[in-house]
Amino acid sequence: MYKIVDKKVLNKDIDYMKIEAPLVARNAKPGHFIILRVDDEGERIPLTIASHDDKHVDIIYQKMGYSTKLLGEKEIGDTVSDFVGPLGKAAHIKKRNHVVGVAGGVGAAPLYPQLKAYKDSGSKVTLILGARNKDFLIMKEDYEAFVDEVIYTTDDGSFGQKGLVTEPLEQLLSSDESIDQVIAIGPVIMMKFATQVALKYDKNIDVSLNPIMIDGTGMCGNCRVNIAGKTYFACIDGPDFEGQDVDFDGLMKRQSYYKDEEHQCYLRLEHE
Amino acid sequence: MNKTPRTKMPEQDPIKRSSNFLEVALGYGIEEAKKEALRCIDCKNPKCVMACPVSVKIPEFIKHILNDDMDGAFDKIYEDNILPSICGRVCPQESQCEGACILGIKGEPVSIGALERFVGDYGMKENKADTTVKTNKEGKVAVVGSGPAGLANAASLRRKGYQVTVFEALHEYGGVLTYGIPEFRLPKDIVKNEIKNLQEMGVEFIKNAIVGKSVTIDQLKEDGYQAIFVGSGAGLPSSLGIPGENYNGVYFANEFLTRVNLMRSNVFPNSATPIKTGNKVAVIGGGNVAMDAARTAKRIGAKEVMIIYRRDQASLPARLEEIHHAIDEGIEMNLLYNPVEIFGENYEVTSIKCERMELGDKDSSGRRRPMPTGEYKTFDVDSVIVSIGQKPNPILKQSTKDLNTHDWGGIITDQTHKTSIEGVFAGGDAVTGAATVILAMGAGKDAAESMDEYLKNQ
Repeated sequence: MYKIVDKKVLNKDIDYMKIEAPLVARNAKPGHFIILRVDDEGERIPLTIASHDDKHVDIIYQKMGYSTKLLGEKEIGDTVSDFVGPLGKAAHIKKRNHVVGVAGGVGAAPLYPQLKAYKDSGSKVTLILGARNKDFLIMKEDYEAFVDEVIYTTDDGSFGQKGLVTEPLEQLLSSDESIDQVIAIGPVIMMKFATQVALKYDKNIDVSLNPIMIDGTGMCGNCRVNIAGKTYFACIDGPDFEGQDVDFDGLMKRQSYYKDEEHQCYLRLEHE
Repeated sequence: MNKTPRTKMPEQDPIKRSSNFLEVALGYGIEEAKKEALRCIDCKNPKCVMACPVSVKIPEFIKHILNDDMDGAFDKIYEDNILPSICGRVCPQESQCEGACILGIKGEPVSIGALERFVGDYGMKENKADTTVKTNKEGKVAVVGSGPAGLANAASLRRKGYQVTVFEALHEYGGVLTYGIPEFRLPKDIVKNEIKNLQEMGVEFIKNAIVGKSVTIDQLKEDGYQAIFVGSGAGLPSSLGIPGENYNGVYFANEFLTRVNLMRSNVFPNSATPIKTGNKVAVIGGGNVAMDAARTAKRIGAKEVMIIYRRDQASLPARLEEIHHAIDEGIEMNLLYNPVEIFGENYEVTSIKCERMELGDKDSSGRRRPMPTGEYKTFDVDSVIVSIGQKPNPILKQSTKDLNTHDWGGIITDQTHKTSIEGVFAGGDAVTGAATVILAMGAGKDAAESMDEYLKNQ
């Protein structure tokens, strides 16, 4: 059992939790993720490590499905059944001239350690953070503490620029030649269009893929993704990949395979 | 020569069982066990023992059955095999002990597997496993993986008196015994009981701990583990490498079986992990895992399930019993077909195109090589389960640069199970590629001897 030592509700959909998990914390690095099970009949769900200390790992999750909603019902002092990691390959962070981080919604959480690591490596960093409306822009203060520049977007214009993250991204890439790296983390559709923009301006772009996973150790192959016609396992080959040649449409289809079943589970939770 | 036919083990009715997960083979009762035990002619040079990877003293335990001494029979097996209830169920006896039985030359071999199972289950029911450890030695040992290789290694070293800790990556112990082999062939309570015995013996188990990630080999050494056994198994599925393999509805057998065995998706939504097959399922491959996947698909509601295999029935690598059980349960055998493409609509599987094969000359494995004929057939299916083998799991290698492995991923060891790293030993599927439970156990047990030697010289 793994104890929840802190919890904050960031907005109506998104929570922050600090979990006691020394075996995960010991070797955790930016880009790594964990898999947790809320209870003994729970699914194994992957979540990126937002930050960590010697004994604890922080996660930020969106209560969009059955298991994350169940997790959201847990409070400080409660436990989750299983918590394993760090999984995946750590991000390759090296000094760049100027890195633009693009995050959509809860993607702000996995982007944070990577963009922070780029800053610590001496790179200039710019953040483009987008969400539905101002209530869903998370981790603003965390980012503002270190980024060189920040641009916010909201779908409804309630904060920052009205529109999608790809618009300021295109403005930046077309006007600032010093930019030599883009990282985009968020909904697959956002990563797909961010990749198109980056490639248009001939920039490197990394994306973080989040297919359905079970074991997270390469054993089951559920998380396979198609990149340039080759199959990779996101759990052991990723989750970060160069955006170029990622089959985003295939990934979206694979993510939605159990949509109806997810709904069944969700209804059960509502019923209870 | 003994001409009495083998005593048949009772089985659940095929129609009934193909919709439940209860065990198919029901095991001998005491009268059946004694009747079968009578068939053993107690050879002076028992070939069955030599053919057993862990050298169970077969004629001796059988003699105890005849003498109504079930405790003695259990102790005799347990000396060499800590997992008799498991091995009695999943060993390929026809190519090991039973394959070597003298009676098999002119008639039917003794049902050694059924007898081992009977004795193992007796011991489990009566709680006969000797979990006492006679000596305690200095020396901390880490075992990577709680599958058959790791369990056998841990038990052997603990019995020698060492402090043993087993690290398991998943949230339940047992490795392939838990995530891979279905309940109807190996009830999970049996696996849990065997783990419990080891815990009583004083073996420490840590779950959700991935060696190579949560803790590295170097860190284990820093933490004071003087010897390390790697039994991380063959957890990396092989792919067909044909178009359409990433469509929804295409599963690797590992995923399909893990969803049901480990995550209990057969009781969804009471368990939160879903699974779906549609009505028609094609399982690609002919080994035990393929049979398990096909029979599992039937049990979770698929109407038509077929095996597609590129050689003939005689070449199927699965245990004979599993093939018979699969056929009895209505699994269709499409033999001599090799998949060439999977078709889909809206990213979901609709059909699989296969090439008709014929058998040519013998290949390096001694089996006749399947040769393409240029004729094709397309099967309409709702899902495809790819079960053409597993390679060793790559995680440990990725984080342990000095660990030498073959190109295909197998860890390189010498005859004493030593790897390229001082103090690190390996065995089981991580070394050989996917093989059997008993070979993995044999390797774990042998490696324990080398590790004992190594630790004595520290």
